[in-house]
Amino acid sequence: MSLSTQDIERIAHLARLAVTPAEVAAVQGKLNGVFKLIDEMQAVNTEGVTPMSHGLDMVMRLRGDTVTETNHRDKYQRNAPAAADGYYLVPKVIE
Amino acid sequence: MEWEVVIGLETHVQLTTQSKIFSGSSTAFGAEPNTQASIVDLALPGALPVMNRGAVERAVKFGLAIGATINQRSIMARKNYFYPDLPKGYQISQFETPIVQGGGVTITLDDGTTKFIELTRAHLEEDAGKSVHDLFDGASGVDLNRAGTPLLEIVTEPVMRSAKEAIAYAKALHNLVRYLDICDGNMQEGSFRCDVNVSVRPVGQKEFGTRREIKNLNSFKFMQQAIDYEVRWQIEQIEDGKKIVQATVLFNPDTGETRAMRTKEDAMDYRYFPDPDLPPLVVSDADLAHIKAAMPELPEAKCARFASHYGLSPYDARLLSQDGATATFFETAVKTGADPKLAANWMLGDLSAALNRDEKSIEQSPVSAVQLAGVIARISDGTISHKIGKTVFDALWKGDGADADAVIDSKGLRQISDSGAIEKIVDEVLAKSAAQIADYKAGKEKALMSIVGQVMKASQGKANPAQVNDIIKRKLGA
Repeated sequence: MSLSTQDIERIAHLARLAVTPAEVAAVQGKLNGVFKLIDEMQAVNTEGVTPMSHGLDMVMRLRGDTVTETNHRDKYQRNAPAAADGYYLVPKVIE
Repeated sequence: MEWEVVIGLETHVQLTTQSKIFSGSSTAFGAEPNTQASIVDLALPGALPVMNRGAVERAVKFGLAIGATINQRSIMARKNYFYPDLPKGYQISQFETPIVQGGGVTITLDDGTTKFIELTRAHLEEDAGKSVHDLFDGASGVDLNRAGTPLLEIVTEPVMRSAKEAIAYAKALHNLVRYLDICDGNMQEGSFRCDVNVSVRPVGQKEFGTRREIKNLNSFKFMQQAIDYEVRWQIEQIEDGKKIVQATVLFNPDTGETRAMRTKEDAMDYRYFPDPDLPPLVVSDADLAHIKAAMPELPEAKCARFASHYGLSPYDARLLSQDGATATFFETAVKTGADPKLAANWMLGDLSAALNRDEKSIEQSPVSAVQLAGVIARISDGTISHKIGKTVFDALWKGDGADADAVIDSKGLRQISDSGAIEKIVDEVLAKSAAQIADYKAGKEKALMSIVGQVMKASQGKANPAQVNDIIKRKLGA
């Protein structure tokens, strides 16, 4: 499998990455390199091997259902570019 | 041409945990904006999610209740999209391996027929925050209190064939999740939201038509209206020779219409992948056994038990077992000593009418199960007539008295069973009822009813009606 320049543009858009037209070819080359590696791996016979979803052989740790957090809104909102009346403000978005 | 409707539902059920799915923030509804948003909910760099055991247990409970497969090893995945109320840039959800797979819910339609609605899956995920667009000039406000609230998304196969079936399923599911106490079912607050996939096809065609998804319906009434409109619209489009384009649509309750929000061309590509922050979610055999042991009696089993153990009709048993609060009310009344059939009649008659009239739920009933049992006991032992029982019930409803006995005493409602006293009233009424007596003697049974009625009225309803009947008949020489 190899990616077209349109694929690159679409992936960049989905990830909200500003890839300029001049950069598309370079990114295309790198990503296609990754796909080449995937092609090689897909040639390996994996019959009977359980698909791996995580790199570490661990299981999820669970916590008890208790409220442990308190309100630190003012502190957190000092990090925000804009906030008012308790809300974080962002450029107007209406879908 | 005859058309067949095909419907599948995706329901977002908010779980009743105290804290969020991946953080220790409170999930309480209605707090000041962003006062329940911690560093995990805000996606501050380096903040890591830790799964809430309570959310996992509720998901498993649901799976067991619907006879599904519990995947004892399931995977959390990132669903990537950009929106300001999703600060991480992805929602943690489940994709390839959900915690609950298969199973189903049996629905009962108005005509009494039943249908098994197969479920595809139910998976754990986090809710997003809320955006407000009308509070600030040129800016949208973001409130992340809801971000990270645990959800169970429950997905059906496309097996429903009418709006009626879809509503019946949504109601059955709504009922079940409240029964299991895994969701408060509050639709106004968004604790139970449905997305409905609708398509149409000519009767007999095997392939499904192209579907459109109606998003975020939060009332059964809107669901009915939205599906009805959508089905009509799709049939008209096809009959006009147009093609249905796969799309996500919103229902506008003001116009009763659905409107496309986005079509497939600009559909999201969520680029799911396993979340590296969260290793596989494992439900141990011990955990599973523990949850199984703590399962409440389910509606179907309760219904069967009400019918066999208390001798209720199947219809009454179903109505009384349908939701947990009603079933508990009934069993409390019976345990307090009420005759089960009388308790059923009162609950489905006067109590239910009064609750409807005052727009109250059974949990808010001013007359408690114990109080109702008291009223029923006094009718059963002949202290009061059924009719006076209603008076006592109304008095308790208004808060006039602590229990049936107090009301009966303070209002002097004790039934008159002293035949001497009743005879005296009968004599007085008969003395004024020459016309009715003549009618009765001429064979008009109705005339007797009228005399009985007057005696009851003269006794302010306190005379024992059976005795009144006997005494009048005897006096008239019948």
